[in-house]
Amino acid sequence: MRRAHALVVILLLAAAWASFAYLALDFGQLLSVEAGSQMLKYAVSFFPPDISPDYLAQTWRGTLETIAISAIGTLFAAVLGLVLALPASGRFGIVPRVIARLTLNFLRSIPELVWAALMVFAAGLGPFAGTLALAWHTTGVIGRLFAETLENAPPEPAQALRSSGSRPALAFLYGTMPGVVPQLVAYSLYRWEINIRMAAILGFVGAGGLGQMLYVSLSLFQQPQAMTIILAMLALVALVDAASAWLRQHLVD
Amino acid sequence: MRDPAVLPRLALTAVLLLLLWPGFRLAEFDLVLLFDPRNLEIMGKFLGTFFPPAHSGDFLRLILKSTLETLAIATAGVTIAMAIALPLSLMVTRSLSISRIGPGPGRWSGRAARVPVRFTLMFFRSIPEIVWALLFVRAVGLGPAAGVLAIGITYGGMLGKVYSEIFESGDTRPAVTLLESGSGRLAAFAYGMMPVALPELVSYTVYRWECAVRASVIMGFVGAGGLGLQMELSMRMLRGGEVSTILLVFLLLVVLADTVSVLLRKVTA
Repeated sequence: MRRAHALVVILLLAAAWASFAYLALDFGQLLSVEAGSQMLKYAVSFFPPDISPDYLAQTWRGTLETIAISAIGTLFAAVLGLVLALPASGRFGIVPRVIARLTLNFLRSIPELVWAALMVFAAGLGPFAGTLALAWHTTGVIGRLFAETLENAPPEPAQALRSSGSRPALAFLYGTMPGVVPQLVAYSLYRWEINIRMAAILGFVGAGGLGQMLYVSLSLFQQPQAMTIILAMLALVALVDAASAWLRQHLVD
Repeated sequence: MRDPAVLPRLALTAVLLLLLWPGFRLAEFDLVLLFDPRNLEIMGKFLGTFFPPAHSGDFLRLILKSTLETLAIATAGVTIAMAIALPLSLMVTRSLSISRIGPGPGRWSGRAARVPVRFTLMFFRSIPEIVWALLFVRAVGLGPAAGVLAIGITYGGMLGKVYSEIFESGDTRPAVTLLESGSGRLAAFAYGMMPVALPELVSYTVYRWECAVRASVIMGFVGAGGLGLQMELSMRMLRGGEVSTILLVFLLLVVLADTVSVLLRKVTA
């Protein structure tokens, strides 16, 4: 065991050294007084943030847009995820199950930002592209979680309804759904929380929200405006953190 | 047969939709736009070029180079993150505070010193890595350096917090005993705390490395080098075949990072 540890440490050190060597980073130049003072100048140019009422209103709109992108994207994903989770949980036989699982895996394995870059082609610049991007990726994540929830749900209630003559769809709606809905809602809210953060940065590829404003203002060298947006992002994330902690404490337990 | 709960359920749905309505407006949600013939044509043409994936020797060599660059950015970034996180987490770990042991001078100054360090770590990690990357691209120029610095800063903040939590949550008695019998801070850490905490430290760091690989692909989109930069270029030029090759390589890379991380954690656990 000791030998394994030593080997891993040596390997890691070698990997770190190789990485720095491969990238040929010129840290002497990067950490030089000149570069340092230039970076300091750049950092100072972010202060003070632009707090004119006009720009604050614009930032507020961007924040609302970010929240809307994440909410609608997550809602869309929850609906689509449930639709895909039904075959993925093996309700319609093995072939639909494999196809649905493959689809979910595919949707999930492409990161949100790549989806956003693709959706900008399909739906044009703006928040709709961001909404779709979040929706595709989240469908992959949520669909799999939903499928697992459905697989783990106790089959007895639905079976009882079936054997007393109810149709399969109704047996599912009244036998299985009531038991799993809290779990589905919990998963969706959890993903929404993640998606708010994501929606704030998707705009870097043109998909609306605060990210797009930040990208534009940095490109136009409007650092005070950029600082306002960064502060808005931080406030948004802090707010979401606090809200989800509060909700977890008061609702779940 | 009627659903006894139909009214409350319909009412809840209606209220939710009403609440979400402004959201639909703000998000410019418009599915019709997706099926607009002109958009469909552009997208269809682009998607049509996805097959077959580009596989010319030159392109594959280029992709290999940027894949290695991505891996190197992630590894170098995590190395910097560790260099930031270790000393800072030692500073904020309360169990390693000598002034806390007994009444004496330095109690308040010790506490006061921990606050700004804690705050720095929080500041580092609460700005997403891609925002750092965007800022560093403007500050040090396009290329891998921006990516390495961005990962170093963000992950430094995350690792610093988690390291100190690991130190605190393990058995702190050996370290405290050493401190109480007069040992120095670093010695108490090295002999009292490190042996307990090492497996968890390694396992969390390796997990973060895995995240860094994914993050460094994404950061390429804002110009921080690696695979993401290639993908962004290929997309701009509407070369679908190249995009699909890069996506495949990206998936392989994620699976690879995952496997390596599981292996390393198994060996060190």
